[in-house]
Amino acid sequence: MGKNSLFSKKNKSLLTDPLDDNNPVTVQVLGICSALAITVQLKPAVVMALSVIFVMCVANVVVSLMRNFIPSRIRIIVQLVVIASLVIIVDEVLKAYVYDVSKELSVFVGLIITNCIIMGRLEAFALANSPWESFLDGLGNAFGYGWILIAVAFFRELLGAGTLYGYPVLEKLGVYELGYENNGMMILPPMALVTVGVIIWIQRMRNQKLIETN
Amino acid sequence: MQELANIFIKSIFIDNMVFAYFLGMCSYLAISKTVKTSVGMGLAVIFVLSITVPINYLLVNYVLDKGALVWLGDEFKDIDLSFLSFIMFIAVIASMVQLVEMIVEKFSPALYSSLGVFLPLIAVNCAILGGSLFMQIKNFSGVSESAVYGFGSGIGWFLAIVAIAAIREKMAYSNVPAPLRGLGITFIITGLMAIGFMSFMGIKL
Repeated sequence: MGKNSLFSKKNKSLLTDPLDDNNPVTVQVLGICSALAITVQLKPAVVMALSVIFVMCVANVVVSLMRNFIPSRIRIIVQLVVIASLVIIVDEVLKAYVYDVSKELSVFVGLIITNCIIMGRLEAFALANSPWESFLDGLGNAFGYGWILIAVAFFRELLGAGTLYGYPVLEKLGVYELGYENNGMMILPPMALVTVGVIIWIQRMRNQKLIETN
Repeated sequence: MQELANIFIKSIFIDNMVFAYFLGMCSYLAISKTVKTSVGMGLAVIFVLSITVPINYLLVNYVLDKGALVWLGDEFKDIDLSFLSFIMFIAVIASMVQLVEMIVEKFSPALYSSLGVFLPLIAVNCAILGGSLFMQIKNFSGVSESAVYGFGSGIGWFLAIVAIAAIREKMAYSNVPAPLRGLGITFIITGLMAIGFMSFMGIKL
């Protein structure tokens, strides 16, 4: 494979499609579970996004390398084992280096295993394509997932606690002196759902072809 | 007994899988178009959760935890296998789902055809793995408590998916703004339902 074909038009679209037109969270409806629960603050959301990017890319490449040897009857369990081993690595690394974040994410690190984005992409893409293409597909989808995660966390932390990445932005700007108060509602679980709903609304207003009939 | 009832109520309403932890959202959103299919999916989830949570409880307490292997002999008391818990849980869940599928197919073809594709789908439903992971954190003191927790969480999930399916069926007749149709409005309604469910938080058990 020459250098040109590495970034051919098709490969580029593998990388960019999931960011908008074919976003895993807002269009394919995959991986919602974790996207909502850990978006109270930016920091866990960023850590989660990075973990998913890692697991996704490596799992896609590994499964793609093995795609000709996996009997199709037991492919699901093979995929689960690949993913679970990678998630164990992530979990141990997080516990060793960012213990507080790992405590905050609690079970949701483990739930990367059943994050349907990863299973979905393995089934739909890595099983039928070469390792390099699968890597790009994994990267694209993980980024598509990551930016939604970070966008939701951005609004929830800013409006709910008045901070960004733990830094008290609103206090420094002096908005509190004008009588502004934090909206405590944003920190509660239900508002994560509503925030994602609004993001979907905005995205589909901009991108009319995604509108569903019902 | 009181203890068990508390865990039961708590896992259905206060720690509801969907509204408090967003677990199993993927199938919740994908399968909630009609009440009929969502009842099938909900039943399958109750079934699998009430089987896998107690099995994983036994696994944690007799194999994986530090000192859990002491029943094999004193020399095993320092072994800590808890880093293996993810892979063991998922293996138990995947094989149980397979087993349940075969048993149901053999003994109750009617139930099998109504559950249909949902049974295999359950292996990757986050609510199932989530149930086991929360069970590990909550440190239950016995198998029966973990079984009640699994069963209760399943019922909570069942209630959530049947409720949203009923709302979505009604909503087919309402005039939703075009970009919000389908996924968007479902998210917002789920948010509103979650706000409703938050009122259960005030219950002291």
